[in-house]
Amino acid sequence: MKTPFFTGAAAIIKKDLRAEFRARELVSVMGLFALLSVLVFSFALELDREAREEAVSGVLWVTLIFASMLGLNRGMALECDQGGLDAMLAAPVSRSAIYLGKLLGNFIFTAIVGMVMLPLMTVLYGKNLLDAWVIGTTVIGVFGFATIGTLLATMTVQTRAREALLPIAMLPIVLPFLLTAVRATTGLLNGALDGEWRGSLGMLAGITVIYFVICLLLYRYVVEE
Amino acid sequence: MPEASVIIEVERLSKVYGSLPALRGINFSVRRGEFVVLLGANGSGKSTLLRLLSGLGKPTAGLIRVGGWEMPGEAMAVRAQIGLITHQPLLYENLTARENLDFYGALYGMSGAEREGRIQELLRELGLLKRADSLARTFSRGMKQRLSIARATLHQPDVLLLDEPYSGLDQAAAEMLDAMLAAAKREGRTIIMSTHQLTRIPKAAERALVLSRGKISFDDAIGRRDMSVIYRSASA
Repeated sequence: MKTPFFTGAAAIIKKDLRAEFRARELVSVMGLFALLSVLVFSFALELDREAREEAVSGVLWVTLIFASMLGLNRGMALECDQGGLDAMLAAPVSRSAIYLGKLLGNFIFTAIVGMVMLPLMTVLYGKNLLDAWVIGTTVIGVFGFATIGTLLATMTVQTRAREALLPIAMLPIVLPFLLTAVRATTGLLNGALDGEWRGSLGMLAGITVIYFVICLLLYRYVVEE
Repeated sequence: MPEASVIIEVERLSKVYGSLPALRGINFSVRRGEFVVLLGANGSGKSTLLRLLSGLGKPTAGLIRVGGWEMPGEAMAVRAQIGLITHQPLLYENLTARENLDFYGALYGMSGAEREGRIQELLRELGLLKRADSLARTFSRGMKQRLSIARATLHQPDVLLLDEPYSGLDQAAAEMLDAMLAAAKREGRTIIMSTHQLTRIPKAAERALVLSRGKISFDDAIGRRDMSVIYRSASA
């Protein structure tokens, strides 16, 4: 009677990846924004090489957050405008499965942008971001943003001022997350003592798990009247 | 005890949005295989009623039972029995007709082989087989509505809910929809269709429910009645 949890989630991921692979409506916009943002910061900090190297992790995460918000807004708007969200909710599939499917799609799109940013920033900012730990931190951080972003985008897409409301709702919530991500990345890039960046990375992973569980449980209350 | 042939039971159903009542304690039941047309002016509560019946909203008060399953507690079982068609086709523009149906089939828990056979059958029946691998965004409004019917009937639901399905359809597409609804009726599906256009009541429809300001003001067989007279007096 009820569609199995992972069957429902897998169908949604497959649908999102297929539609995006064909239309490239999200990754191209997010990628272009990230590229321009990284270039603008690079030019703005051109004269002060030291400041540029110091700012690299901040630039990475702020750009990723804003790029991810662009993608979340656009993705949920497409879903809602075509009636897809209603059609999914009318199916006998768990709301948590819908959340997981949408979350993994959003995560994959933002992670692609993040993986393109790392080599680009390595060239522009003169810091090696192609380190396995930096890549791992980026993946964890992007997943964390996607957990809360997917929930909030579903809430805000049903309002009139959805483009403006997502950043207003999301930024205060992700602030502690952002600070932890920046601290972990800065520690890694500056070769800080193991204990320091490992602590921040552990905290980032911990917050991600907490956000994921909370959002998974709350999603049904967000989509149901 | 409800009659054995009753598939939908609605008791004292109310829905309030903020301080605005959309439905005010309505009661009705629908027999299995019956075709009910839901009439009413804009804002009379038709779409709200269909949203509640399809499990897309929760009632403020009252009870809905479909096929013996009660909402909202057994909403999953209810949703599995319902096919929903709205004036929006609920299709993904960047997926092909076949991919759209495959996605919805998976959401309704159909196996790969089951989906493949049923999709092929529906595309053939609805005259979309040649365009099966074309993107939905290249379809005309009428073709999208046909694909939407395929989407809604893919999982062989017992109940079809249609919310203003004729909106934006040209004469040929509307006639095709009439034929499809007649076929669904012959197959024994229960149909509830909302419309505010009296000229769009299909010949297969047997019973009319008129909603006025969130209440049922008329509920009887259509027969040879002049619906325009009933509609005017019931909506007044």
